[in-house]
Amino acid sequence: MLMTPGLAFFYGGMVRARSVLNMIMMSFSALGVVGVLWALFGFSAAFGDSVGGVIGNPLDFVALGGILPEGAESIPLVGSIPAAAFVIFQLMFASITVALISGAVADRMKFSAWLIFAGIWATLVYFPVAHWVFAADGLVSERGGWIISDLRAIDFAGGTAVHINAGVAALVLATVLGVRRGWRTHPSRPHNLTLVMIGVALLWFGWIGFNSGSALAADGAAASVLVTTIVSACAGMLAWLVVERVRDGHHTTLGAASGVVAGLVGITPACASVDVVGALVIGLASGAACALAVGIKYRLGYDDSLDVVGVHLVGGLIGTLLVGLVATSSAPTGVDGLFYGGGFDQLWRQAAGAAAVMAYAAVATTVIALAVRACIGLRVDPEDEIAGIDLSQHAESAYDWGRAGGRKGRGSGRGDHAYALVETGLRDAEQAVPGQDHGYAVTGGDRGLS
Amino acid sequence: MKLVTAIIRPVAFDEVEEVLDAAGVHGMTVTEVRGRGRQKGHTELYRGSEFAVDMHAKAKVEVVVPDDDVDRVVAALVGAARSGDGEVGRVGDGKVWVTKVEQVVRVRTGEQGVDAV
Repeated sequence: MLMTPGLAFFYGGMVRARSVLNMIMMSFSALGVVGVLWALFGFSAAFGDSVGGVIGNPLDFVALGGILPEGAESIPLVGSIPAAAFVIFQLMFASITVALISGAVADRMKFSAWLIFAGIWATLVYFPVAHWVFAADGLVSERGGWIISDLRAIDFAGGTAVHINAGVAALVLATVLGVRRGWRTHPSRPHNLTLVMIGVALLWFGWIGFNSGSALAADGAAASVLVTTIVSACAGMLAWLVVERVRDGHHTTLGAASGVVAGLVGITPACASVDVVGALVIGLASGAACALAVGIKYRLGYDDSLDVVGVHLVGGLIGTLLVGLVATSSAPTGVDGLFYGGGFDQLWRQAAGAAAVMAYAAVATTVIALAVRACIGLRVDPEDEIAGIDLSQHAESAYDWGRAGGRKGRGSGRGDHAYALVETGLRDAEQAVPGQDHGYAVTGGDRGLS
Repeated sequence: MKLVTAIIRPVAFDEVEEVLDAAGVHGMTVTEVRGRGRQKGHTELYRGSEFAVDMHAKAKVEVVVPDDDVDRVVAALVGAARSGDGEVGRVGDGKVWVTKVEQVVRVRTGEQGVDAV
């Protein structure tokens, strides 16, 4: 439960001060939208009895029928935990996957379009893919999804279903949406790196539950996963910092936070398949690769604002594929990778699973994004983008910059934006030279007199 | 009467306030501002992409002084705002200028001119 709010702060700190509420709201709203759908039919679509390995029967657990305990003696269990707890545990995977996508569309997507996209994407992409990857035969229903049951690719806690899936969706949505005004010429500077660090701390802590909890028991396997998860995150942080020091001459705070996330993303599919050495390898590889990958967007020209592709798609792919190389049968899943004498068998299964998720997510997300764009449009007006998306979408501003010129608004109802714009003083400053990043001059870097 | 306006490094403000106080100047207006002179900007790094900051945070100090005190106040102010111990400070230490003031009125009493300074 900590992860998605943690992600909200992590992302929120990375955008400009005038967009932070929208960024936070996209994560929180993912919890809202996906939570409702999950309870109504999502859990059933992911974990109901399989229809050809492709989708769970959405009618099996409509409105979570049969999940809640009816008296202490009839509590249904999944693994060693009550089914009701498993439902909510898995809901958190669904929510954060959707929330992750929002990092690619910062500053410019209509909030209404985001809510609709989130609901449709969860239904058409996440629920089926989660079924493929997480619904093992006999776990909840008799027959499960094809990747885990037939292909037998290993994805312990969501490298494919969560990170690759969200990364591909982010790439597609950011491409359909287009780049932010002033992107590359006036890059957006994170407005609050301390908020980023608080967010990543919460995210890191939540991730322990995400990975270890996937053992569905408080046992040795969960403890083993705890070790690999932490070790990989630490290695990821160091690797990112080393890349930065060599490439840019400085090790940055945002780099440390990003390295932690990269290490966590990389170990997520592999956390129950590797020993400490394997975890170190995965952490170092993901940290270094993601640090290098975040620059690709500038060469290819898509505005993946907060590097969802560079961190989650790349990190997810590395972790998923490395299972095929550094998995060891001494770990809980009991599979040897190529380097441990297991040959290429597991490697091709990992590659096939990742490729299938990428292909499906790419096609389905493209269709959804184009459909939403055609129906209601995806982007806010250019003027609102310049003035800050918080005001136009939420009629709020995150920080009180003083009351010069502000007074109580006339309207008590919706949308008296003029009042808010005057109060923050942003409209005039922004419109003076459209397209330039005056957020810095107006809102940033208040060091004060010291 | 003259208006002495100084743009200084924010970290120099404490010392400037001290010498102005010692020079008998107690009233002042201080504003946090941004700007640039000969000082070049600096570069910040966020995930490898550079962010050029060419407007620096500065403090603007404004004091109104009688004509006779101008040179003394400016000298004290410049001495306090200059970085380091030597005769020459560093680029970015700031600038001081003096402008004529036609009239000053103290709102509380209605006093005018030098009496209101």
